[in-house]
Amino acid sequence: MSLDKATVASIANLARIKVPDDRLEAMVGDLNAILGFVEQLDEVDTTGVEPLASVTGHSLPQREDAVTDGGYQARVTANAPESVHGFYVVPKVVE
Amino acid sequence: MSDLLDLTLAEARKKLAAKDISSTELTRAYIARMEATAALNAYITTTPDKALQMAEQADARLAKGEAGALEGIPLAIKDLFCTEGVLTTAASHILDGFIPPYESTVTTNLWQAGAVLLGKTNLDEFAMGSSNGTSYYGPVENPWRSTDEPDKKLVPGGSSGGSAAVVAARSALAATGTDTGGSIRQPASFSGIVGMKPTYGRCSRWGIVAFASSLDQAGPMARTVEDAAIMLQAMAGHDPKDSTSAPEPMADLTASLDQGVKGMRIGVPAEYRVDGMPEEINKAWQQGIDWLKAEGAEIVDISLPHTKYALPTYYIIAPAEASSNLARYDGVRYGLRVDGGSLAEMYANTRAEGFGEEVRRRVLIGTYVLSAGYYDAYYLKAQKVRALLRRDFDQAFEKVDAILTPTAPSDAFAIGENEDDPVKMYLNDVFTVPASLAGLPGISVPAGLSERGLPLGLQVLGRMFDEGSVVRVGRALERAADFRAVAAMVREG
Amino acid sequence: MTEPYRIQGETGAWEVVLGLEVHAQVISKAKLFSGSSTTFGAEANTQVSLVDAAMPGMLPVINRECVEQAVRTGLALKAQINLRSVFDRKNYFYADLPQGYQISQYKDPIVGEGELLLDLPDGSTKAVGIERLHLEQDAGKSMHDQHPQKSYIDLNRSGVALMEIVSKPDLSSPEEAGLYVKKLRSILRYVGTCDGNMQEGSMRADVNVSVRKPGDPLGTRCEIKNMNSVRFIQQAIEYEARRQIEILEGGGQIDQETRLFDTSRGETRSMRSKEDAHDYRYFPDPDLLPLVLEQARVDALGADLPELPDTKKARFISEYGLSAYDAAILVEERATADWYEQLAKGRDAKIAANWMITELFGALNKAGKDLSESPVSADNLGGLVDLIGDGTISGRIAKEVFAEMFETGKPAGEIVEEKGLKQVSDTGAIEGIIDEVLAENADKVEQYKGGKDKLFGFFVGQTMKKSQGKANPGMVNELLRKKLDG
Repeated sequence: MSLDKATVASIANLARIKVPDDRLEAMVGDLNAILGFVEQLDEVDTTGVEPLASVTGHSLPQREDAVTDGGYQARVTANAPESVHGFYVVPKVVE
Repeated sequence: MSDLLDLTLAEARKKLAAKDISSTELTRAYIARMEATAALNAYITTTPDKALQMAEQADARLAKGEAGALEGIPLAIKDLFCTEGVLTTAASHILDGFIPPYESTVTTNLWQAGAVLLGKTNLDEFAMGSSNGTSYYGPVENPWRSTDEPDKKLVPGGSSGGSAAVVAARSALAATGTDTGGSIRQPASFSGIVGMKPTYGRCSRWGIVAFASSLDQAGPMARTVEDAAIMLQAMAGHDPKDSTSAPEPMADLTASLDQGVKGMRIGVPAEYRVDGMPEEINKAWQQGIDWLKAEGAEIVDISLPHTKYALPTYYIIAPAEASSNLARYDGVRYGLRVDGGSLAEMYANTRAEGFGEEVRRRVLIGTYVLSAGYYDAYYLKAQKVRALLRRDFDQAFEKVDAILTPTAPSDAFAIGENEDDPVKMYLNDVFTVPASLAGLPGISVPAGLSERGLPLGLQVLGRMFDEGSVVRVGRALERAADFRAVAAMVREG
Repeated sequence: MTEPYRIQGETGAWEVVLGLEVHAQVISKAKLFSGSSTTFGAEANTQVSLVDAAMPGMLPVINRECVEQAVRTGLALKAQINLRSVFDRKNYFYADLPQGYQISQYKDPIVGEGELLLDLPDGSTKAVGIERLHLEQDAGKSMHDQHPQKSYIDLNRSGVALMEIVSKPDLSSPEEAGLYVKKLRSILRYVGTCDGNMQEGSMRADVNVSVRKPGDPLGTRCEIKNMNSVRFIQQAIEYEARRQIEILEGGGQIDQETRLFDTSRGETRSMRSKEDAHDYRYFPDPDLLPLVLEQARVDALGADLPELPDTKKARFISEYGLSAYDAAILVEERATADWYEQLAKGRDAKIAANWMITELFGALNKAGKDLSESPVSADNLGGLVDLIGDGTISGRIAKEVFAEMFETGKPAGEIVEEKGLKQVSDTGAIEGIIDEVLAENADKVEQYKGGKDKLFGFFVGQTMKKSQGKANPGMVNELLRKKLDG
């Protein structure tokens, strides 16, 4: 598998990272080098192997249904680049 | 340089308890040392005022006989741990100005044990790197210099490069690190200190900026195996806030420390003799084998057949998880925002400017391997190979109690080296990544010096939740190696 | 059987194939993966924990009650409960999705295949397959009308537990889609896992619509997103089916896409702009471990379930002799069924059902009230039914009394007493009235006797009127016959 510029541009869009046109070529090269490296895995026969889901083998712990958190608007908005009346503010979203 | 700085954590603890020294004195000595070694760029943030305040409180508790396990011990914290009220950056531009309104579980445990915060250490951005070269705050310099090119600045390894450097430079008594694919053990090897990654699930991940959730694990970086054991004991513990935290209780590590290795079966995996590995690494490894044999351990040749696939597996799983974990850095709730005409543009601009090159690369690779049509070929395949890697270890541990390998395939390299070739940089983690993927505990212990006079570490791996054997073998190596070398800048004060 | 639903196009009749994905908000005190509150309507970002705001290093821990609510719902849908399920991340960027992914279940949901019975108007039922049910997080809320260039984000909803309940494409008319939503809502409310409040958004539906000629393979479907009323769902289906038919008959083809129903214009429109980026990159959430349930716990939850609408309906039919239609109406809400059972206890259950469905529901409907606000209690309505049963009042008077009960909330007996509405069943008294009526209408009596039979009703009416409705109508009939024909 080898990525081209168009594919890398669409991945970058999916990841919401702007890659300027003049940097695209270099990124394509880097990503292809990494993909070439990881594609060694094709050699491994994984027939019938279950993917590893958890190294500890534990299952999901469950907590009780109780309100134990929240109620601190200022704390969750204190670091926001822009906030008004306790809301986070972003450029207008057009639906 | 103050004599106080020569004390190990265990020694300092004794002197503090005996009131031979005070935490305030000790902390002042470290603050002075931090200032003297500032050129290493090992700290992103120093907190001397807070340190003195905490030291004073520790002294009060010591006076009342209410000392915790780390009472009055000045520590550095990798800047990946969120610390309440103290800037936390993950060495990324995207977390500009982020002051967490919360404290990570691991650091909470340390403060409850009485430790003192000296500052937050530099690292590879989001812990992605093996040289500390990807930090937005610039590279960290290893306190060590080679004998052949003493003017060349070397990397301390990464990603916990700052933590390794401050311990090696004696600008902290010990430090926390995090290890995703070797980020504690490899810098420990490069910097001549002890670094330990416990079993996945031992230390809570709550409040540690996530890189790859199924791999990230915090651990101690210290001058001795004993110091590391004491510190891990304080850091670890089950945390209901982390669903992956392990409920298994950890044995008292300091108790098993000096039991020796007599009768232990130590595995030596054939697959770790990789092509092109410098002979001095092999020599150091053989030396380690000989030491353990001399101490009465039984050496067993073992095979971990999927070893060569560990790095490719890691470089699918870690970026995949990272691409998702880093989606929250979007310029809305904290950190950097770079405006754009629309929400989508604001995201794309913020993330382009906020993430450095290596992070962008990994996020893009991770995005790609999870995308429609490629998931099975990459991510699912990698999780299956990961199961095989784990099976290799499980089978080996039927025959042995611990495994001995080199920590890294080289000694420390120069700042800037390997940076043009990401894959070459990744090869640094060839010996540390397999245990990360399997979730196993491991330690790197300084075993000697390379021909260039730089430290080389040996790695000991143990069974899941068997940190006891890891520190036991580590301690035996440490005793046999009697590693007393220090970086020139320490020797010279 | 009713006629199958068909849309007449230029090239013939088309059938529609519908599948529904309903998002139902789980009733729980705290959120799915954090300890903040789920209550509706709080001030912006006050019900937001560090986890909900996706602060760095924050981790999810699942709420046991939400898991149990999903299991209860699954059991109520007679569905397979998967003892091992997995939480995945669904990755996409949106301002109200702070993590940059939604924690959901993709390949291994907690609940597998089940079934739901539609109660059709003709009294028959139709089985609709349930494909799956999974747990996931709700998103926050973006407000676009507060500022000309900005959107405001409130994360209070962020992380609230939702059940996504996916039907098989077994529905074939807007009416069936509506019945499906109503029945699902009824079941959820019975088991107490969702309040079903569509206005507040506790239940929202996405509808997959495709059309085909009867007998043809399935056509390409479009998904209409996020509708919160049965009426809109039905309107959207009708519009969308016609749109697709027009395209197909014009020689075009349907693009599989997500569409939005514009409620003001009654049209669906493409959300293509948003769809470009939809590659969700699902993968198991590494912050969470597989969710494992023990069969014993599932069994215990099953044992605690209340009697469900289908069972109750069958019982109402067999125990009370109700029609399937009436039974279906009475069991839709558990509270209604309980009300009815209290009313019917020891009484003629069919008459009780008639009074409840026709009179009480009619009056409540007119007053815009629901049963819980009814001024007439079950015991009081029962009292009224009793007065009819023992002949104290006639059915006609009973309606009058009921109106008064509805107005004042007083018991029937008290109103009858106060207003002297007791039925007159005294032969002498009724005969006296009849005699007066016949005397006053001697001409009509003549006509009647001359063969104008239809006038009998007139005499009945006049007699009842003179008795102010209180005369026992059966006796009036009987005595009139005797006097006129005898």
